[in-house]
Amino acid sequence: MNPDIILSIRNLKTRFFLDEGTAKAVDGVSFDVSRGQVVGIVGESGCGKSVTIKSILGIVQKPGEVVGGEIFYRRRDDGVQEPINLRDLDDRGEEMRDIRGNEIALIPQEPMAALSPVHTIGNQLIEAVRLHRDVSREEAANICIARMGEVGISNPEERMGVYSWELSGGLRQRVMIAMALVCGPKLLIADEPTTAIDVTTQAQVLNLLRRLQKEQNLAMIFITHDLGVIAQIADYVVVMYLGRVMEQGPVDDIFHNPQHPYTSALLASIPTIHSGTREELPTIGGSIPHPFNRPKGCPFYPRCPGFIPGKCDRFTPVPSPVSDKQSVACFLHSDAAEETE
Amino acid sequence: MSEKSVLLEVKGLSKFFPIRSKGLRRKIIGQVRAVDDVSFSILEGETLGLVGESGCGKTTTARCIMRAMTPSGGEILFRKGDGSITDIAFMSERELFPIRGDIQMIFQDPYASLNPRMNILDIIGESLLVIGGIKDREKRSQRVGELLELVGLRPEYMQRFPHAFSGGQRQRVVIARALALNPRLVVADEPVSALDVSVQAQVLNLMLKLQDEFNLTYLFVAHDLSVVKHFCDRVVVMYLGKIVELAPTEALFQAPKHPYTSALMGAVPEADPRRRADMVPLEGEVPSPANPPSGCHFHPRCPHATDLCAKEAPAFEEHAPGHFARCHHVAELNLSGVQD
Amino acid sequence: MSSETLSPDQNLPEEADAISVAPNWKLVWWRFKKHKLAMISGIIVIFIVIIAAFPGFFSTQDPSESRTRGSFIPPQAIQFWDNGPALFAYAIEGKRNPRTLKMEWITSETKKVPLRLFGRGYEWEVLGLFKTDIHLLALVNPDDPPVHILGTDRLGRDQWSRVLHGTQVSLSIGLLAVFLSTIIGIVLGGISGYFGGWIDMFIQRLIELLQSIPPIPIWLALSASLPRTWSVTQGYIAITAILALITWTGLAREVRGRFLVLREEDFVVAAKLSGCSQLRIVFRHMVPTMSSHIIAAVTLAIPVMIINETFLSFLGLGLRPPAISWGVLLQEAQNLQSVALAPWLMLPGVAVIITVIALNILGDGLRDAADPYH
Repeated sequence: MNPDIILSIRNLKTRFFLDEGTAKAVDGVSFDVSRGQVVGIVGESGCGKSVTIKSILGIVQKPGEVVGGEIFYRRRDDGVQEPINLRDLDDRGEEMRDIRGNEIALIPQEPMAALSPVHTIGNQLIEAVRLHRDVSREEAANICIARMGEVGISNPEERMGVYSWELSGGLRQRVMIAMALVCGPKLLIADEPTTAIDVTTQAQVLNLLRRLQKEQNLAMIFITHDLGVIAQIADYVVVMYLGRVMEQGPVDDIFHNPQHPYTSALLASIPTIHSGTREELPTIGGSIPHPFNRPKGCPFYPRCPGFIPGKCDRFTPVPSPVSDKQSVACFLHSDAAEETE
Repeated sequence: MSEKSVLLEVKGLSKFFPIRSKGLRRKIIGQVRAVDDVSFSILEGETLGLVGESGCGKTTTARCIMRAMTPSGGEILFRKGDGSITDIAFMSERELFPIRGDIQMIFQDPYASLNPRMNILDIIGESLLVIGGIKDREKRSQRVGELLELVGLRPEYMQRFPHAFSGGQRQRVVIARALALNPRLVVADEPVSALDVSVQAQVLNLMLKLQDEFNLTYLFVAHDLSVVKHFCDRVVVMYLGKIVELAPTEALFQAPKHPYTSALMGAVPEADPRRRADMVPLEGEVPSPANPPSGCHFHPRCPHATDLCAKEAPAFEEHAPGHFARCHHVAELNLSGVQD
Repeated sequence: MSSETLSPDQNLPEEADAISVAPNWKLVWWRFKKHKLAMISGIIVIFIVIIAAFPGFFSTQDPSESRTRGSFIPPQAIQFWDNGPALFAYAIEGKRNPRTLKMEWITSETKKVPLRLFGRGYEWEVLGLFKTDIHLLALVNPDDPPVHILGTDRLGRDQWSRVLHGTQVSLSIGLLAVFLSTIIGIVLGGISGYFGGWIDMFIQRLIELLQSIPPIPIWLALSASLPRTWSVTQGYIAITAILALITWTGLAREVRGRFLVLREEDFVVAAKLSGCSQLRIVFRHMVPTMSSHIIAAVTLAIPVMIINETFLSFLGLGLRPPAISWGVLLQEAQNLQSVALAPWLMLPGVAVIITVIALNILGDGLRDAADPYH
């Protein structure tokens, strides 16, 4: 493993065993995250982007289960030591708990759901610090105040004493970012952190995240369904559809040289602020199937303009490189197929 | 502009929600001015966009026009099919009944706007039965079949229940319901923001196609400027219950006259990694409409604010043909719009 | 016209059709079927309801017939095997202990009382329509001594038959009281939730008032005010009404809450825009959406009613003998002496426990199944 890579996901498979059947929520996902890199995972509902990060954090809930693959992670203290496989750790064990929140931190989509309404912001932040650091309350409070200042919260000392419901949506999200950063994590995972807030506030939060990431040389996984947001923040993009990676590569290649029919169709179909008024948009036909009814073969074939009958609906393409950094899972590029089970 | 007739005119519309005290007597101690003295008109066959962030009053305005709620003041003048103009702002439910078919709505959340206990035939056929007076089920199902085909769904689906459809398909059902009685004005409240990216374009295209086919007039409520740019002929920008700018789409996006509009455009994350440096975020957040700032509501966040802005509320004035803005400094400012 | 943008066939596979056209009650039923324990409880409840409808058929003896020389007979087991399939019970003989002067009942291993299925016995009325003397279990020879499956009480009445007849009374009081309280609850809760304003204020304060009164004293007061001279039927109706009048408040609150939520739902606004009248909105859109929740709430309310009735009657404040209900039967087990002497007098309590548990699990299953969209 390249020493810059701190997280390497190989062939991750997570399934949900429900009465209606088994849903392959994440089906053979692989990607790497390097130091100081922002990896954006973009996809629509049911694509498995959220389940992927839950699998990494070991917080997949029943009836879901990680059934295959490896999650290699390089812990901070041992530079020489080989990366460990997070799947070998007990999800509720001490080591995993130490990694989660301390080394790998999460910024959730809904700060209101993640913050307790009956404790002050300060108490929750101090609690988060003292969970992973052996410091006194005063020291912890100082760390928190410093972090709150860093994320652009004015009067941090005063704000320590308020409750989450007294804050605006943008401030709450800043508090969540401060909380994620209090322990100085190595990897930050942001799960649609700007979906629930207004456009002008979203711009502020994105700027903040970009600044913090640069300053601290953080590795970050950023999840969103919004192609605009991903273009603004990611260095490297993973495009997912129905549990599989369709395409991945550097952000500029994905947006300016997309190779997978899904990526290019998706990019063409969104109206941009530069597009002309009342032009008919190119569309992707049909709608996303339910994860239980995932088509056999390539999951995108029923909606794909480049569908090859007898091939795409029978075999599942696997990612194969189109350049040294970009890879695509599509029979238009390579015949590489998954062995049938 | 004068060749098109005005279909709907809103004059001084306002909607206040009382703030009550916590005690037993629940005395009214204040008011949220959700919509405050809003005036605009919608021309026959055009699409008027209504944009703004949360709390700006765009949805409340739309619901007042729909008469899903009763406004606190103002006039809503609607040109009926026979050419006569009536004020529907304070009409009773009975007086509204004959107009209900003329003004219909497309909702934001296609999961919440279809009754899960009714099948598609009953959902779309309800207004045909209640307002259209088509008592014969056979005739109703024929019309529902036509409507389903119109929105790109198979007529056989009318026996199905909403749970059998995806979000995009449900939104098509909602559109079919809105079209059932050949409405003249369709209010679309964020019709695509709850849909998956890959199906948004389908729904937008469908709405455009139907507009051409039936000469529909749309009031398009949205927070996403890209969609508004794509879809609307003219745009109204709202901030804290007031209109801050109103202009034809091209003019607005090329040369906005209000600093808020310009900031809103700057905040749109563009789907192009090569255009990153442009983003200049606005300071602060939208204040609570229960306690709006003095003078110009936007002054605490405005990069161009002066003492005058804090003291005096600016007037809503026409600065170019059809281009109105509510700002003291339109003449001095040279705001950036969308650069190509 | 829109063929290139749409290909609906791919998205709705035909095999999903059954689900696609399934109305809500079917979805509820499909979901409910997966809840094994609730299904078993449902079957038990159906059995109990059948017993409650035809207690005479399952009885072996007239529940009111007393035999002075047959008090406190212990339960007798039914035998199914006698060198081959058979149906009989060993006769039981009483001997007075010469020292304690107590009757002691000894099963005789030699004397058999033959029984048969669907035999003739005492005459009973089928749902008050006509009379018959067919019973599930009857003596082959009418002159044989009667067989007491659950023993007899102080007055020598057959407890098995009494428990079955008690099932009819207790269950029907529960159902009727819940039915009444449901109607009051839905009407008042609906009015409160839909109209709001001062009507809502008034009804909410009334509910709070009723809920703030401790239930036991108010029951005691109401029951004590019933004239002693009232007949069994009058007492039955009065107890049902008392139970209903006190328990409607919970359901009314639930209905009101759902109305408040539903009123803001987009599909209700859409119905208004489709020109629907208030009445049509309430009955075509709002009530059906709540129906499954109401059914679940009602199912969960029945066991509470049964417990309440049993409790009142046990204290002698509900139904009074000669009425037969589980509470009245348990009154017999009130003193320690008779419990020590004849522990089988507590068996009606087992009937109460089985019924209440089955109804509770059934209600839980219904509640879980009620929201297939969750």
